[in-house]
Amino acid sequence: MQARKKYVLLGLCTCCWLLLYYWGGLQERLLGLLTHRRGEVVRPWPNWLDRDLLPGYADQAELQNAGGPGDSPRQRRQSWAGIYKDSRCRMDTCFDFARCQGQSSFRVYIYPPEKGERVSESYRKILTSVVESRYFTSDPREACLFVLGIDTLDRDQLSTQFVPNMDERIRGYPLWNDGRNHVIFNLYSGTWPNYTEDLGFNVGQAILAKASLNTEHFRPGFDISIPLFSKEHPQKGGERGWLVRNTVPPRRKYLLMFKGKRYLTGIGSDTRNALHHIHNGKDIVSLTTCRHGKDWEKHKDARCDHDNQEYERFDYQELLHNSTFCLVPRGRRLGSFRFLESLQAACIPVLLSNGWELPFSDVIQWNQAVIEGDERLLLQVPSTVRAVGTDRVLALRQRTQMLWEAYFSSVDKIVLTTLEIIKDRVNSHISRNKFMWNALPGGLLVLPEYSTHLAHYPFYYLNLGISPGQEFTAVIHATSPLVSQSQPIMKLLQVVSKSKYCSQIIILWNSEKPPPHRSKWPPMPVPLIITDGRRKTSSRFLPNAAIETEAVLSLDEDTVLLTSEINFAFHVWQSFPERIVGYPPRSHFWDPVKKAWGYTSKWTNEYSIVLTGAAFYHRYYHHLFSHYLPSSLRALVDRTSNCEDILMNFLVSSVTHLPPIKVAQRKQYKEMPILQVRPEIHPKKVFLGHCFMSDKGTKMAPWANPEHFTQRQECVNTFASWFGYMPLVHSQFRLDPVLFKDHVSVLRKRYKDLERV
Amino acid sequence: MCASVKYGSRGPALIPRMKTKYRIYYITLFSVVLLGLIATGIYYITLFSVVLLGLIATGMFQFWPHSIESSAEWSLDRRSVHDAPLVRIPMSSPIPERGDLSCRMHTCFDVYRCGYNPKNKIKVYIYPLQRFVDEVGVPISSTGLSREYNDLLSAISDSDFYTDDVSRACLFIPSIDVLNQNSLRIRETAQALAMLPRWDKGMNHLLFNMLPGGPPDYNTALDVPRDRALLAGGGFSTWTYRQGYDVSIPVYSPLSVEVDLPERQPGPRRYFILSSQTAIHREYRVELERLKEENGEALLLLDKCSNLSQGLASVRKRCYKGQVYDYPQILQESSFCVVLRGARLGQATLSDVLQAGCVPVIMADSYILPFSEVLDWKRASVVIPEEKLPEMYTILKSIPHRQVEEMQRQKWTSVNSPLFLPLIPPRSPGFTAVVLTYDRIESLFRVITEISKVPSLAKLLVVWNNQNKSPPEESLWPKVAVPLKVLRTKENKLSNRFFPFDEIETEAVLAIDDDIIMLTSDELQFGYEVWREFPDRLVGYPGRLHLWDHEMGKWKYESEWTNEVSMVLTGAAFYHKYFNYLYTYKMPGDIKNWVDAHMNCEDIAMNFLVANITGKAPIKVTPRKKFKCPECTAIDGLSLDQTHMVERSECINKFASVFATMPLKVVEHRADPVLYKDDFPEKLKSFPNIGSL
Repeated sequence: MQARKKYVLLGLCTCCWLLLYYWGGLQERLLGLLTHRRGEVVRPWPNWLDRDLLPGYADQAELQNAGGPGDSPRQRRQSWAGIYKDSRCRMDTCFDFARCQGQSSFRVYIYPPEKGERVSESYRKILTSVVESRYFTSDPREACLFVLGIDTLDRDQLSTQFVPNMDERIRGYPLWNDGRNHVIFNLYSGTWPNYTEDLGFNVGQAILAKASLNTEHFRPGFDISIPLFSKEHPQKGGERGWLVRNTVPPRRKYLLMFKGKRYLTGIGSDTRNALHHIHNGKDIVSLTTCRHGKDWEKHKDARCDHDNQEYERFDYQELLHNSTFCLVPRGRRLGSFRFLESLQAACIPVLLSNGWELPFSDVIQWNQAVIEGDERLLLQVPSTVRAVGTDRVLALRQRTQMLWEAYFSSVDKIVLTTLEIIKDRVNSHISRNKFMWNALPGGLLVLPEYSTHLAHYPFYYLNLGISPGQEFTAVIHATSPLVSQSQPIMKLLQVVSKSKYCSQIIILWNSEKPPPHRSKWPPMPVPLIITDGRRKTSSRFLPNAAIETEAVLSLDEDTVLLTSEINFAFHVWQSFPERIVGYPPRSHFWDPVKKAWGYTSKWTNEYSIVLTGAAFYHRYYHHLFSHYLPSSLRALVDRTSNCEDILMNFLVSSVTHLPPIKVAQRKQYKEMPILQVRPEIHPKKVFLGHCFMSDKGTKMAPWANPEHFTQRQECVNTFASWFGYMPLVHSQFRLDPVLFKDHVSVLRKRYKDLERV
Repeated sequence: MCASVKYGSRGPALIPRMKTKYRIYYITLFSVVLLGLIATGIYYITLFSVVLLGLIATGMFQFWPHSIESSAEWSLDRRSVHDAPLVRIPMSSPIPERGDLSCRMHTCFDVYRCGYNPKNKIKVYIYPLQRFVDEVGVPISSTGLSREYNDLLSAISDSDFYTDDVSRACLFIPSIDVLNQNSLRIRETAQALAMLPRWDKGMNHLLFNMLPGGPPDYNTALDVPRDRALLAGGGFSTWTYRQGYDVSIPVYSPLSVEVDLPERQPGPRRYFILSSQTAIHREYRVELERLKEENGEALLLLDKCSNLSQGLASVRKRCYKGQVYDYPQILQESSFCVVLRGARLGQATLSDVLQAGCVPVIMADSYILPFSEVLDWKRASVVIPEEKLPEMYTILKSIPHRQVEEMQRQKWTSVNSPLFLPLIPPRSPGFTAVVLTYDRIESLFRVITEISKVPSLAKLLVVWNNQNKSPPEESLWPKVAVPLKVLRTKENKLSNRFFPFDEIETEAVLAIDDDIIMLTSDELQFGYEVWREFPDRLVGYPGRLHLWDHEMGKWKYESEWTNEVSMVLTGAAFYHKYFNYLYTYKMPGDIKNWVDAHMNCEDIAMNFLVANITGKAPIKVTPRKKFKCPECTAIDGLSLDQTHMVERSECINKFASVFATMPLKVVEHRADPVLYKDDFPEKLKSFPNIGSL
């Protein structure tokens, strides 16, 4: 009762107040009307009586003339090169584009290491990444870009890895050319107490790929900011992000966390010394310790003992896992390890590092993944992050994972991103747009030489709100010579050409015999193209200009399929254009005994591979297969005439992070000679009898060779080691027609043929 | 209104045209751009929005629309610009320092003036108009206040940003018009700026300038010494632009507003490349003519008309070999339009070209394109280094037709699903079953008993929708191994089943009716496994279809044996808990009320919602087609069934009109276990017990 009375009273008061307010306002307005003084008070910028008489800001002719044609462009370019050097370098003035012309225009050369030269672990990884990239050349004459063999990562004079006499040594390089077309990697510059951006030698016109870059020293469009990474950072592959599910509401146990050093003096101490103020011990955990450096006890203050104690109570990893936001304040330098750590942990970084040019800021839209705070406004941070809504937290968090996996999870990715950014500048009209860099699967998997048009890629359809085209190109891989009209390939041609979605058929001729004359092939309702595969297995996935459709149906010459099976699979592919959609499922597994990956063709409840002997995929994957993958893997495929299908599955799954899709019931897609003796490959498979066979199979098929299967096991392991992780993902379902094997009239069924398989 | 959810999910775009029908759309886009930007340094963004707002509202900037409504209330207040007080600048008045190139938000901007405000709404103050003259009475500017600057200031003063309280302001805008440097007396203008009462080294002051520099060397930023003032400038070069501090804006062309160009559909044009600029350096004109020689009719090289008299007429005409063309209309006849730098980097032609729907080919080395920090210029233009001018034709030819059309459209829709990361969540947390019930206790208990056998079930929630009756005593409920909780609702609403209860702690929710007893444990577990592979979709059992009824000219609901599926019933379906939030708080229009009023179609509404935000079809699992046995439906009778169908069709039409589109996607597939119906030992199958129909 008491409470109710209170409310009534409060309500009455409010009413009175509102009434008073209203009347007061009205009175004021009446007053204003009477005194004609209203304009100055209410209308901030007058509605000028002569508004229409005001002159335009510029004369039309003047605008079109735009100050005239200006100086001679040639002279201007020359004079620019003289003025805009060193700290004012831009690509236009400090980079020699002429070095990057020609066929293979973008090549990177590494200076050979000198005798006895010691290179840090991290720098060795960077060099390895360059050497293994598709841009590496060992010939300086064809190089567009040069990387030093001297370790420049740590330029802190107090560091043991500091290399003295850099200026002298660099000047000794005949190709140095004042640093033009050189890229210098650096993680640490300057030293106690100021940690300046000085590298201790003259970088001249070289591009700096540097961590902790300051916006003031950053040469926009020229230097590249890279993240600070530890020497344990993996060479390739790298750990996946920690986000495994999108829980809602997305809040974690802690709202905001920080655990790190508190600097009592020196640069960066302004921020680090204040962080403890926002600690509330509940949802905001901000822990600092004084215990760092040799003589911390000398500078010790009153807080230290208590703080150090509190500091030990929380585990950094546990906090990373359980916080929604992670404070990433500057340290002595602007960047810190915790930036990548929180990115990986899907803990949304809240940056307190004024003037830090964020990693790869040229291309990454960081506002979609981090909160940029201001060191001066530390105390506002709690309320700022509290105000971030559910949807935004979800989006930011997923974005951290996308960026981590696309650009940061390994040294390879960091180095490749650096190179690709420079390459995009060199070929500016064949480069990625912002969308490509910031949408899944990330810029490294987009090869602009293929196309600059978003609709030409398999992974943007949904973003663009469009669907892939209504036609496909069938590519049949033929290895046996044409001897009879009853060969499986003849039947296959008929079956494929009958599909109304088939726009053309390409036969990839990989037989030892020359391709037969055109007249030997049956007449077709669709164009038939024969191309020479030069007996290379990898030629199967060569980008073929003749493929005009987005969808490719890849077939072996002895594949057995029905037209309706093809049609159904094509329909499914249209819903999943970024994946491989097809018939023959296979699986990989981890063999704990051998401590290696295994490959199996037996029937199982799940699969992770769909063989490309009967599968649809997007033609862009041909391009990725032939240009993104290293030539060593394609060489392996050609040498063994095997595994190209497994490699394609690795590739596509590494792009999508998803399994391929098996359609309908057919598993065996070749006609099996009944009396064929099968090699016993895997003892477990015996009881499964009929079904484990035939990865490839005609009578003289290579799989009859037991080595074939062993090779495939080895392939899986070789591929996994190149990717640096196992990209294949298992799936437990297949997609059937909606009425598949239902007890309803066959007349109702669109794909009744599929049930007879 | 209704479509807000959808618009909110669209990405930013580059939109040069200003048609009324698109206005709302653009404004939403604009706010999306800004929202997306909030993190990039809070104050810089607000600065950005102030600049944009000014430009939009004046109609100067065609990238976003505007509507200025001058309120009648103020019509009484009419003064002339000439009434503004005259201020004499003493000769010795101090001159500010030249702009500091190292200025950034954290070094030259006083954030403490801005106070704290979680919405980042900062306050902008505009100095009252004054007419500055030097000691002998000569004005500092030959034009004084220009129409464009006046409109810009009006717009800002009409916005929420404006404050007339100097002490609360975070950003200050001088009323001294510096849009065009040519009309300014540099020294005196600088002195005038320094005389502003709050100038304080230019801190937090924002200047607008479109034509910087002057002969002979044409600086790329305003030459007026301005201390630390921020600059929204047209024609910055990479050497004068202070990233994160200045804002690059387009050079406004009044022609675009004067001439109303018809909207052109994307597609091929009469000319491939058009050069319409009148001031092109001779070296470049020679190159262009060479290209013209090589490629003939595909190129049209226009110049000013020599025989026309000066004046407005000549501005609107271009000539080629005596033939006269109308400008800017001729821009619409070409696929690509050349925008070459002149003495200045920023060219008004760019505005004309974009307005005409021609794809600009920008050749201006070191030029910072307008709003380059937010706009994806590579999607709407072709930027070519000046040196590559001779290759222009080849470069442009290599662009696919469809891409050119997309560039011409200059407006992109993009669907961004809120659960966009490809994740297959781990099996372990399991799912929460939410059973909606009214009073069918017997059937409810059977459902609970059945579901409790599913291995991945984590929790059972019973939504008790009957307000007149209490749920049975605790002891009467079936004993289950997982936590079971009964949630009593306040009203008997269908929407209750989709409420994001705190008790749902898993991502996966299984919505299930209290009479679905025939689903086997294998079927349910399999459904959950499929959901794990499609966590952003509805994964359910019976599928339904929407069809276009050509006779009636409207949508129709179909439940017969179709080969296609576009919806799954939520009488038993797995989905992400996130969609409960969407359904409860973000359902467009009055759909939620409609559902509760009609006690029907909550499942259709959910299908619309999910399809609309993700752009994806639902996944039907297993052969299951009906929830109830055929005999049971027979009892209900045909007529009841038909009214039901009519009502469901009505729902589809209603929802399609609220969503202003038909978001449902039709597919021909369903998901079955890999070994479904295979000749394989049943006991080795993961999901042997998959029921029929």
